[in-house]
Amino acid sequence: MSREHSGTVERSRLPGSTFLLGLAGVVSAFAILEAITRADLVDRTYLPPASTVLIATAQLLVDPEFLGHVASTMRAWAFGLGLAIIVAVPLGIAFGAFDRVYRASRALVELLRPIPSVALIPLAILLFGQGLQYKLSLILYASVWPILFNTIYGVHDVDPIAKDTARGFGFGPLSILRRVALPSAAPFVYTGIRVAAAVALILAISAELLAGGSQGIGTWMLLVGSGSVDRTLVYAGTVVTGLLGLAINWVLVSGERRLFAWHRARQAGS
Amino acid sequence: MGEAGDRLTRGLTTVRGAASELLLRSAVVVAGLLVWQLVTMAIESAFFPTPLEIFGRVIETWFSGSPGTLFLTEEVGRNVAPSLMRLLSGWLLAVALGVGLGLAIGRIDWLAAMLGPIVQFTRAIPPPALVPLFLVLLGIGDGMKVGLIAVGVLPPILLNTIDGVRSVDSLQLDTGRVFGIDRRRRLARIVIPSAMPQIFAGLRVSLAIAVILMVISELVASTDGIGFGLLQAQRGFRIPDMWAHIMLLSILGLALNSGLTQVERRALRWHRGARRRSEV
Amino acid sequence: MTVTRAPRPDLLAVAGLCHTYGAGAVATVAIDDLDFEVGQGEFLSIVGPSGCGKTTLLRCVSGLQHPTAGTVTLHGEAISDVPEGMALVFQDYARSLFPWMSVSSNVEFPLSRLRLPRSERRERIGESLAAVRLDAAADKYPWQLSGGMQQRVAIARALAYRPEVLLMDEPFASVDAQTRADLEDLVLDVWRRFSVTILFVTHDIDESVYLSDRVLVLSRSPASVVADIPVGLPRPRDQIETKSADGFVRLRAEVARLIRPARGAETAGTSI
Repeated sequence: MSREHSGTVERSRLPGSTFLLGLAGVVSAFAILEAITRADLVDRTYLPPASTVLIATAQLLVDPEFLGHVASTMRAWAFGLGLAIIVAVPLGIAFGAFDRVYRASRALVELLRPIPSVALIPLAILLFGQGLQYKLSLILYASVWPILFNTIYGVHDVDPIAKDTARGFGFGPLSILRRVALPSAAPFVYTGIRVAAAVALILAISAELLAGGSQGIGTWMLLVGSGSVDRTLVYAGTVVTGLLGLAINWVLVSGERRLFAWHRARQAGS
Repeated sequence: MGEAGDRLTRGLTTVRGAASELLLRSAVVVAGLLVWQLVTMAIESAFFPTPLEIFGRVIETWFSGSPGTLFLTEEVGRNVAPSLMRLLSGWLLAVALGVGLGLAIGRIDWLAAMLGPIVQFTRAIPPPALVPLFLVLLGIGDGMKVGLIAVGVLPPILLNTIDGVRSVDSLQLDTGRVFGIDRRRRLARIVIPSAMPQIFAGLRVSLAIAVILMVISELVASTDGIGFGLLQAQRGFRIPDMWAHIMLLSILGLALNSGLTQVERRALRWHRGARRRSEV
Repeated sequence: MTVTRAPRPDLLAVAGLCHTYGAGAVATVAIDDLDFEVGQGEFLSIVGPSGCGKTTLLRCVSGLQHPTAGTVTLHGEAISDVPEGMALVFQDYARSLFPWMSVSSNVEFPLSRLRLPRSERRERIGESLAAVRLDAAADKYPWQLSGGMQQRVAIARALAYRPEVLLMDEPFASVDAQTRADLEDLVLDVWRRFSVTILFVTHDIDESVYLSDRVLVLSRSPASVVADIPVGLPRPRDQIETKSADGFVRLRAEVARLIRPARGAETAGTSI
């Protein structure tokens, strides 16, 4: 008891101040960047002052044209991820539910997974041109794998005791799958979706970098970068992609907390 | 005696299990290739050459050299070597930087708390989004690509190292202190080994991102490299060549990943054993 | 054959020890004004209800933690950091052994800073592993051993360090009953052979009486000394003979009575 006691005290000493320290870190990083550029220690066309980038970022976030590009990226991201979920989850359940199929599918998945999805970009351009379909195909391909893998694993590795318990109460295989295997696999599936969400954003932007004719943040950043000597907007665009990444992650993590509180409790307990 | 016999039986079962697993895997791979071959033969699409044709092209392009050059062709030196050079130098740079900084930051509570949000933010930037920035800052040369890869893969390495260092068991550190072990030796013998599994997790993620960044940067702006070759094949409408490049990149990704796995196996033998034990 | 050892001059003294976690409204007093001494070569058990602050006490004695008030002195010198010549065996052997080191490397680890010649290091490792009857497991990894064997490794590691004082924090709380009895006898054996001073914390009354020269009974949290009971039972002790002797039964009842009022609201299983 007392040992844990000291542990919690030691740990809880920080969280109170963690936020403040983090804030101090951000503020001082900002100040340092600002100072070295204001003091002309680096060429301002290479590294504009942090405040300039911050203002440019804020302006971008209310710029309708830029927001159109963001919307285009996010549309492809959402559709691609949604499609991947629709494809990968049922497939993963089917693969994971039967032991023989599970082992065979694992070999196949391991075979296809190493293909770096960005290597498929030129092929996708040939097949689909440079529009939404092109982006979607790439996002779909890349984000299927993490969801598929996690679903297969989650469904296959359900605690045998839980399954036996259900069997003991006279449930059939189908209702065991529905009432036991799927709920206990759900957190794994969700983890797969979280990984896929990040992958989908990576692919969306990569696709945009390669297809000049399309809309999207990637295309916009390349254009802005080649259009002028002022790099402020490129920095600002990069910051926006980071904010997007943070927002996506935040939404998914808080969803996970809400949906799978039981899972975390069990993990913490063991 | 019983224990030894037990272990023998267990060993044999594992061997048998592994053998049947290997058999099943090869069967599935062969079946997959066969289906691929038959389907592409049936549809006769210009975009989807048969795997036989693709493999033929891979061998012809990169692996049909003289025995003196280990059967590698000149094309390997021209386009594969520069890609590998960029990939490895960028990645190794990030590994050195990320693990070094991560160890330092992770050991200092207030510094970890201070830098946490910044590292989290850099982690949230999708790595390819850095391409335009590096392009305008460093041009289209090797420096841009190495820098891009190094910076792009740094956050996962850094984050995992910091996490690994911070989750070192306090009791293990106390044990070191009780026996009068100084800070440096505690770092080398307790903190680093204990953080190793998580560091390797970061290395694995970062290696995958490094491949992505190498390809992207070569597709966007390059005059040599595998990505450049891939783009040339696409522009020239040489579809089998294009597929051969895709195949080569897959082989490369697989080779890098299994190389890292080998290193990890060796370094973390204790970890796999300990984990298996705790799962039983 | 030692029967009972005459108490020798005090080696370790704890005076006015207090420890409080947190501050203000959330402050928890774990230890309240503890005083006691341990003689050279003595086997002292500290027994008290679970969660009474025993672990905090050991952490303060070992210098891992600074007490809020009071002093711990070793050879008359106040301890400010982890002193030389002290070793600690934790309850949680699975966490205190290093899974990336083999059994012999674990035992060798504390020796690595002592700048001993290679031969002496070898000798100490061999001797202490033999003392806990684990010579055959030297090249194994801790996770390949059972819980009781792992705790023996932890004991061997402490022995190889040749401490003057061996602190043991509920070392047998997580092993099964039979293993526990074996380990108790093993500790008595090494205590005699290595003539080390042992400060043994436990919440098991039988264990405390069986092992020690003296039992210190602590109150419920915040911990303070309720009684200091000399155990005059003859040595060597025997699991069956000693535990059925009248003196043992009487002492056990006495300690139990002293702890009982302290128990009160305590629920079972809070020791972990």
